[in-house]
Amino acid sequence: MVTATELTPTAELIGITKKYPGVVANSDIHLSLRPGEVHSLLGENGAGKSTLIGILSGMIQPDAGEIRISGELVRFESPRDALERGIGTVYQHSLLVPTLTVLDNLLLGVDQGWKLGREVATTRLQELATLLDVEIDPSAVVGDLALGQRQQVEIVRALWRGEGVLILDEPTSMLTPQGAEKLAQVVRRLVSKGLAVVFITHKLNEALDLGDRVTVLRRGKIVGEVSPSDMLSKDRKAITKEVLQMIFGESTKASNTTVAKHVAKSDEQVFRVDQVLVAGSELHLVLDKVSFALNRGEILGIAGIDGNGQKELAEVLSGQRKVDSGEIQLDGKSIQLLSTAARQALGVRYVTDDRLGEGTVGPLSIALNIVLKRVGEAPFWQRSWIKNNAIREFARVLIKQHDVRTPNELVAISNLSGGNIQKVILARELALNPRVVIYNKPTYGLDSRTAYVVLARIAEQAESGVTTIFISTELSEIVAICHRVAVMYRGQLSEPIDVRPGIELQLGALMTGSTTV
Amino acid sequence: MNGLFSEIFISSLISGGVIAGIPLIYAGLGEAISERAGVLNVGLEGMMIGGAYGGFVGGLSFNSTWLGLICGALTGMIISLFMVVLCVRLNSNQIVVGIAITLGAEGVTALLHGAIYADTYPRVPTVQQVAIPLLSDIPILGPGLFNHHLSAYLAVIFVLFVSWVLKSTGIGLSIKAAGDQPHALEAAGGDVHRTRTIAVLSTGLLAGFGGAFIVLVGAGLFVPFVTNGKGFIAIVLAMLVRGRVKWIIVAAVLFGMSLSLTTALQLAGIDIPIDLVLMLPFVLIIIVLFVFGRRSYLPAALALPYDREQH
Repeated sequence: MVTATELTPTAELIGITKKYPGVVANSDIHLSLRPGEVHSLLGENGAGKSTLIGILSGMIQPDAGEIRISGELVRFESPRDALERGIGTVYQHSLLVPTLTVLDNLLLGVDQGWKLGREVATTRLQELATLLDVEIDPSAVVGDLALGQRQQVEIVRALWRGEGVLILDEPTSMLTPQGAEKLAQVVRRLVSKGLAVVFITHKLNEALDLGDRVTVLRRGKIVGEVSPSDMLSKDRKAITKEVLQMIFGESTKASNTTVAKHVAKSDEQVFRVDQVLVAGSELHLVLDKVSFALNRGEILGIAGIDGNGQKELAEVLSGQRKVDSGEIQLDGKSIQLLSTAARQALGVRYVTDDRLGEGTVGPLSIALNIVLKRVGEAPFWQRSWIKNNAIREFARVLIKQHDVRTPNELVAISNLSGGNIQKVILARELALNPRVVIYNKPTYGLDSRTAYVVLARIAEQAESGVTTIFISTELSEIVAICHRVAVMYRGQLSEPIDVRPGIELQLGALMTGSTTV
Repeated sequence: MNGLFSEIFISSLISGGVIAGIPLIYAGLGEAISERAGVLNVGLEGMMIGGAYGGFVGGLSFNSTWLGLICGALTGMIISLFMVVLCVRLNSNQIVVGIAITLGAEGVTALLHGAIYADTYPRVPTVQQVAIPLLSDIPILGPGLFNHHLSAYLAVIFVLFVSWVLKSTGIGLSIKAAGDQPHALEAAGGDVHRTRTIAVLSTGLLAGFGGAFIVLVGAGLFVPFVTNGKGFIAIVLAMLVRGRVKWIIVAAVLFGMSLSLTTALQLAGIDIPIDLVLMLPFVLIIIVLFVFGRRSYLPAALALPYDREQH
């Protein structure tokens, strides 16, 4: 439906598809970017937002589909081509050279003879600074600027060679609330001058506040859109609810799994985390006074969008990262000062999400990977001598017990499939009296059948009395096996709530930092 | 008048310091360019020895110091092509390739020299020294500093030129970005591989020139391993000056003086075991690294291969 007020799109993506081994990052995406409009692109991590933006900015070449600029068919071989067509991108992670001045960063890559035209550039910078209504010191070294100012420089650079489309990839993730407010003003100003702005975010409120139009991506596909007329006419609460449903969808992975959930009967408190704080950048704390307590055999789910402090929490609990303040107790005794090995001996185990990097040593055998965290300990080592027979014997038992599919225990672990590697890691961490196990995204990258096996194993362990902390980005999994669930958002952990059917929307709102549902 | 403070001692120390320091300036300057672009060029010694041999052959064939120096520079650049292809284009490990280049060039030049010149040990044409009027008349310092072959003064001009290029030109900016934040360069529409290629080729050119200088202006003949670790000293110099290339001149002459101390001491008639004196530059490097090493500036993306799709 084209009305008279709708102008030709500044840029159009038609049928864009991009496949990576094992995943379809973008599947037949159609997107129109119109002048004077902020187009919010919403979706979870891995929904395909970054790939789509990579394609529009020339960083990534699509497998199929076409891009049209003002109706004209174009091909972007590199970011330069896109920049020359007036498509500028502000990437999620700052892409400025910290050691250079603002002006030199802007001159970078610009073709123009042998000697740099710093005077001309200063004029252009002033022009764009006026357009943005911000003040930028051309001679300041970028590394000395606050993140908000750096972003303004990046916006200027994105518009340097032409003012057509401005892509903002998660622009508020590094900003203070004031910085985000300033950014919103800048964006409003730019669209009023006729630019098309693409605003990528996973924060629902921002997408709705700033966007004239909202498109939701899930698993590489467009799953819904809110048009400008709906944005204006419909009630905010109704839109929020509608969009949340689009983002998280019906339960997908493990949806048909029915992991038997036992009732946590014990009221013996085993594990307690009290006001744990880890400082990070000056902007926000990595972990901001996280507290919770767990009874024996209980499974606490920790939900949240990636990168809100879940990994750091897991590392703090397992001993791989220091706390700045706060206390961690096991059976009433403080353990926050103990080493990883000491905590492990007490039964605190950690199943990492980084299976290949941190969890295993690829070229080593399964058997050696199984004793990786027990190097030097009896019975696998005696008087510093490795006891290969003891290790192999132990590995054979665990391989059988956990149904690892492998010819024998001497195969290099990197030859196994992801699911089997995860089984080896589970075998290692669950061996020899676990008391508290922290799982970080244990089904990540596994097919649904293996995922089910892993979930069932976790539930079974909990039933036998292992206290469990289950970190996941898949709400359906959390609902399937956890007793209680808390949400991490920007380093803060919400109050744990009991899991009951239909809790997903409430969790989704907490995960996206939205307060209204 | 013998002793440490005699005129002949100081004058020969300075003069020797300059002659030994000039190759360090050339090579150190070359290394500084590569490092700023994010390529740790451990093959510098190999490019120098290659340049030394190429310069030697060129100098003999054309019977000209200048043509010899140019041949040396070209040889260094050709050797640096290995680094370009393997490290910049194919993303191999820079340190491994660098070591291979050094060992390979040392071996090949020693072999060629042994096969062709071992019986005759020919000498290259003698150099014409150009005394700068007035300055060379300054007592004690003058003759040592201002009475050299023109290519010695050229080193200073090169340093100033590279310093200007890095500061005021587009390619200079690209080089700095390629070392500190290559993804930013690419996002801005630049080309990391192209920039690093230019940087590494310049390094080969300068290191080859420096190596040829050792043979043609300094020693007067080629012997295997004539560069004697100067390439490695130059790598340290480039790191120590923290990207401020003009300081290479000062650092190189200081190290050059410690290298030439043996000769100066002999001339002054002071008897110190020669092995002890030969150790001096390397002891100095260790001391300097202890004192300044932690402050040495290294670009963030140094020695990291660049791959656009990996963020």
